[in-house]
Amino acid sequence: MIWVVALIVCIMLVAAVMVLFVPNMIAAVVATSVVSLALTAIFAIVKAPDVAMTEAAIGAGLGSLILALGLKRLGFNQTGGSQGEEND
Amino acid sequence: MTKYTSLLFIAGLSFLLFVIVGYLPIAENPMVAGKAILGSAQQEVGSANIVTSVVLAYRGLDTLGELSILFAAASVVGLLLGKSYSTDSVKTQKSGQAKEYKQFVVLKSLDLLFPMLLVVGMYIIVHGHLTPGGGFQGGVLLAVAFSMRSIVNPGSDKKNHYSITFIEGFAGFSFILIGVLALITDGNFLQPLLGKGEFGSLWSAGTLPLLYLAVGLKVGAELAGLLFELNGEEERV
Repeated sequence: MIWVVALIVCIMLVAAVMVLFVPNMIAAVVATSVVSLALTAIFAIVKAPDVAMTEAAIGAGLGSLILALGLKRLGFNQTGGSQGEEND
Repeated sequence: MTKYTSLLFIAGLSFLLFVIVGYLPIAENPMVAGKAILGSAQQEVGSANIVTSVVLAYRGLDTLGELSILFAAASVVGLLLGKSYSTDSVKTQKSGQAKEYKQFVVLKSLDLLFPMLLVVGMYIIVHGHLTPGGGFQGGVLLAVAFSMRSIVNPGSDKKNHYSITFIEGFAGFSFILIGVLALITDGNFLQPLLGKGEFGSLWSAGTLPLLYLAVGLKVGAELAGLLFELNGEEERV
């Protein structure tokens, strides 16, 4: 079991670093939701289904949706990375 | 200058946090309240999901505070991102996107997903006192279901402002009303009423399902309003 958790933590770390370095903004949003999904798996493994459901619904679903809609609202919704880079 | 100010701020904040952590009683007398609640929740509250009995019965006031925090956060996000950025560029992008999104597969899968999300969300809310989940999770599902329609099919869900505001206000009001009723009849705010019922059945745990229904409707209406606003679909009045 500890190896499964270690693997999931590795996935979380890779996704979290990807959020910082990926040039495409939408891909960064998707990577944040990958972090939340992996965290959901960890919560389910340690038998906290309530917290796992909250994390899946709010962290992976709603949080990413709000981030993506915020990107759209601020005009970052082009799939190319150039627009996001010049403004940050 | 700004750099040094922020460095000073970070240093001060970390110093404060370290001092607080140093004084915290970490791992002393672990889970005294937790063990007491685990032992007595089934007899006292009667909900099969002990987490729910903590969230709504033992710590009901905290849930009320959580709801108000959510309300404040949704209001602030709506205030910051809701209106001022709706310039011409956003509008032209939106009309371009509307054409792009109206595809057969997306529309049909929306028709398939929308009722399913509604049913799952309501199931999670109504069974909050029996199975994992509850008002917050189910409410988020409801909000996502409604906002998905507005994202895929822009302009289909106008005139939602009044109903969303009404549902949100009514749910918050009924949460407080149940609490005040308990205060009048039993002496404690948000004490579960109406008897415990049969353990593990749908009609059990007193007012807890009603409270979770109120929480779910409030969370769903609040977040749906926020998502509509971010998507620029809500009609301003």
